[in-house]
Amino acid sequence: MDTQSSYNDKVVRQFTLVTILWGIVGMLVGIIIAAELIWPNLSMNISWLSFGRLRPLHTNAVIFAFGGSALMGTSYYVVQRTCHVRLAFDKLAAFTFWGWQAVIVLAAITLPLGITQSKEYAELEWPIDLLIAVVWVSYAIVFLTTIGRRKVKHIYVANWFYAAFIITIAVLHIFNNLAIPVTLFKSYSIYTGIVDGMMQWWYGHNAVGFFLTAGFLGMMYYFVPKQAKRPIYSYRLSVVHFWSLIAIYMWAGPHHLHYTSLPNWAQSIGMVFSIILLAPSWGGMINGIMTLTGAWHKLRTDPILKFMIVSLSFYGMSTFEGPMMAIKTVNALSHYTDWTIGHVHSGALGWVAMMTIGSLYCLIPRLYNKEGMYSTKLIDVHFWTSTIGVVLYAVSMWISGITQGLMWRAMNDDGTLTYSFIESLKFTYPYYGIRLLGGIVFFSGMLVMVYNVYMTIRQVKPQPVAVIQPA
Amino acid sequence: MNSLWSWWVIIGTVVSIIACVWLIVFTNRQRASKEEIVESEAHVWDEDIRELNNPLPMWWLWLFILTIIWSVGYLIYYPGLGTFSGTSEWSQEGQYDAEVAAAEARYGPIFAKYGAMEVTDLVNDPDALSIGASLFANYCSQCHGSGALGARGFPNLTDDDWLYGGSPAQIEQSIMSGRTGIMPPLGAVFASDEALNEMVSYVQAMPDGMDTSSPAHTQYMTLCIACHGADGSGMQALGAPNLTDDIWLYSSSPQQIRKTIVEGRTGAMPAHGHLIGPDRARVLAAYVYSLSQ
Repeated sequence: MDTQSSYNDKVVRQFTLVTILWGIVGMLVGIIIAAELIWPNLSMNISWLSFGRLRPLHTNAVIFAFGGSALMGTSYYVVQRTCHVRLAFDKLAAFTFWGWQAVIVLAAITLPLGITQSKEYAELEWPIDLLIAVVWVSYAIVFLTTIGRRKVKHIYVANWFYAAFIITIAVLHIFNNLAIPVTLFKSYSIYTGIVDGMMQWWYGHNAVGFFLTAGFLGMMYYFVPKQAKRPIYSYRLSVVHFWSLIAIYMWAGPHHLHYTSLPNWAQSIGMVFSIILLAPSWGGMINGIMTLTGAWHKLRTDPILKFMIVSLSFYGMSTFEGPMMAIKTVNALSHYTDWTIGHVHSGALGWVAMMTIGSLYCLIPRLYNKEGMYSTKLIDVHFWTSTIGVVLYAVSMWISGITQGLMWRAMNDDGTLTYSFIESLKFTYPYYGIRLLGGIVFFSGMLVMVYNVYMTIRQVKPQPVAVIQPA
Repeated sequence: MNSLWSWWVIIGTVVSIIACVWLIVFTNRQRASKEEIVESEAHVWDEDIRELNNPLPMWWLWLFILTIIWSVGYLIYYPGLGTFSGTSEWSQEGQYDAEVAAAEARYGPIFAKYGAMEVTDLVNDPDALSIGASLFANYCSQCHGSGALGARGFPNLTDDDWLYGGSPAQIEQSIMSGRTGIMPPLGAVFASDEALNEMVSYVQAMPDGMDTSSPAHTQYMTLCIACHGADGSGMQALGAPNLTDDIWLYSSSPQQIRKTIVEGRTGAMPAHGHLIGPDRARVLAAYVYSLSQ
């Protein structure tokens, strides 16, 4: 078989395996910092083990290492299958893999050392930012060129979402990170004051919107119909929700800066577009869930589909919760509380991680010429640990967060505050314990996955897969 | 914001909303026919991935439309469209001022009553002390501790040792205007490390009496006397601590005493007058005063 008649699955396999590795690492760091919130002395006064250093390591590892590798790997797989052509530029594709891994390793070294731009989800300093920009543009070239070489007329919907994610992240990353370097490890943002704040949350919210939403919707649009063996519910719905989602997400960032020095008009626009965003977000959930029409019975026997359906449910729940929290009066209670952390994790664990895990279980046998995973039973075990873990996490943070918000604003008849800050902190301790437990349960499922994947792929020498001719 | 940017914001916002409406109308212009719902040959990928073309669910469509209608109303009523301040004239600054004014109208009289009383009377008023405890928990406990027992660098408020005086008026002044106590760095003054060590030992032993035979005593009488006094009992006007009691603001360990002498210390009690006003400060002063009575 000459190379052009087979798919480039090597790079997909590489990304797939590191996805699991970085998932384990990122979630383990999450467990450590969750424990540090209960037992602050756990860091033993070692600076690079302190919460402030490890927290950005956790977020970067789970979003960009785990999520990023999952998105790059699956997008390379999906774009080849749905364009009926081999991935463009083998060497450039290999560079995106090794370049991205280099970024991750550099992040894992610099963040614990305290080398940071102090921008949430954009902590990495300028030399690493430049590397990210080069890798990301290469990724865009590989992906978009493959679409350009497609052998079918229509571009499949999964590729719209992947492409929107790739292009937008490039723009967000470059503009938010514009900075003047002073040394190799230090730079100053070109933005100041509230403009800096607005840029940061334009970036920050769209990192959620395009990295964690659009990208994973691309994953969903391929793997849900593939696993369910059912057609996508509505092409028309995917058109409406795609364009409205990418157009409106761009505006929603200011809701992170309610009741700050951000001008009133900007806050209002952020809130208004966050509300309008509800329906476009739910369009993806409807299309995913309704695709299972006629295949509901499969949920009884197929834990991979269970992962996907629960993931879509958490997606719907989080994208309802988000617009609600963007309403100023709700935000006045929820802002700066654990509710935000709960919201983020029902999206990150419930939607992003569970969709990734389900898709990987669907993908891995196909990458290693196997009929299925080594053990369906263990997938089911993983499904339950994930579901229980994320529920424990989300519920404990809701209780803790809403109570914090209520305690902070509670007033006595004389107008003095009823509770001191330390009393609200004391209240949260049991819920921090439940959160830690939820994290450990979720993490334990990842270990089950490692065993299951190892047993599936060991002693397999993957064979090239021939490019399928379009129907 | 000048009018150019204002129009930029207005046009961007309005065009985005209109684009959503257009998108809905465009894709919903014709309800799908039966044939369209059936999968078409042009929409097949990777052997078995297909698409149907079901119509948009009506409840979803209405959800979308209602959020858009609500948003238009919001942007008319509240500021959002550039410099247009909305028909409500609402602003977060205005909301803050209104809430503060309402709170003042409601709670002001309570505190005005206490503000007119003397601290020595307030300490016998359980209601006033209860309010003072709430104020203390929110404004003071971060540094002085929930029980007012202090921490390193932050004085214990329950004993009878006072840096700036423990009379009601002095406590009130500490709360209203804040205090800054400065111990200057004196490391360069000592000729040798031995001289410094002798001074550390001398200071550490001061609660047991000043050792006049020590060479450090001579140095004390030139270097330290101005603030801490000839008898070591300190000076409340400067916030210089009494060194002859066994109460230590920065601990009595030789390391800490040495650090204090070599590097100096700056103790800051921030002013709270602009935060809580004189009436609440009076109630708070009464509570703090009561702790040591």
